Amino acid sequence: MKSKLALILISLVFFFTGCATTQQRLLDSESSQVQLRSIQTRAFDTTDKEKTLRTVMSTLQDLGFVLDKADATLGTVSATKLKGYALRMTVTVRSRGETQLLVRANAQYNVQPVADPELYQQFFASLEKAMFLTAHQAD
Amino acid sequence: MRKLLAIFIINIFLATGCQTIPKDALTLSPESLAERQMQTQKYETNDEAKILAASAGLLQDMGFNIDESETELGLIASSKMRSAENAGQIVAAVFVAVLGGGSMPVDKEQKMRACVVTRPIGEQGEYIALRVTFQRIVWNTQGQVTKSESIIDPAIYQEFFDKLSKAIFLEGQEI
Repeated sequence: MKSKLALILISLVFFFTGCATTQQRLLDSESSQVQLRSIQTRAFDTTDKEKTLRTVMSTLQDLGFVLDKADATLGTVSATKLKGYALRMTVTVRSRGETQLLVRANAQYNVQPVADPELYQQFFASLEKAMFLTAHQAD
Repeated sequence: MRKLLAIFIINIFLATGCQTIPKDALTLSPESLAERQMQTQKYETNDEAKILAASAGLLQDMGFNIDESETELGLIASSKMRSAENAGQIVAAVFVAVLGGGSMPVDKEQKMRACVVTRPIGEQGEYIALRVTFQRIVWNTQGQVTKSESIIDPAIYQEFFDKLSKAIFLEGQEI
């Protein structure tokens, strides 16, 4: 009985963990770079990077995040939401041409990357409202 | 033994991909406006650096260590480790042990995080709005996370802002 149980346990462990290599986990190689960027990126018709970053910060706070760090020069903001789960998000802002800024967000839910387009759409919808500007699809 | 197996399987489910992100994780909750108001205070100054410096001083008063700061965007992120032991849980654990239920894990320590964000508001940026948010993660005696949450208690924010007014005054006096 005991050895049977041990066998079941061991096979379960292999079943649940043996599916991704460290390389795949480190580089998230299964996801398509182009598709991911289009889900995570929006363009805004403004060139005020500082104001955009500040608006990103207050939007994240509205969504229940606590900010971890921000860098005006690089244009990045990171924040974490704890609500029985840990949702970590990094948002970057950089200029695109003469008239636009590109805002990109990526998120991690506990130990998984967030790839659901709807969640990013919801984030940008909140950001749009706070910016008083429309978020354009970037491609 | 069967109990052990059940626990093991539950743990596997918790630790792997069987959980999905809640659909409302990135939407504004109905409470978000009230929370913003509770966590925000407006100051009649355009000196953002001064307000940030006073906040840093206050966070130090409260025993926080500054993890990160960015003056240009008005941010201070800080944290501290504290005990999470509470009498109720310990009494319950002792009770269980006395009844022969073995040792029950109780909350042991917690990481408390505080983050201050300032931004100029008003027509000419003549006011500084300051929003502070707190959250915590609690670990039990077995090193598992038992709570991870935002701290939403009006009394806490009220006390913070009372102390901040004092800190701004003290900074002014260079004490």
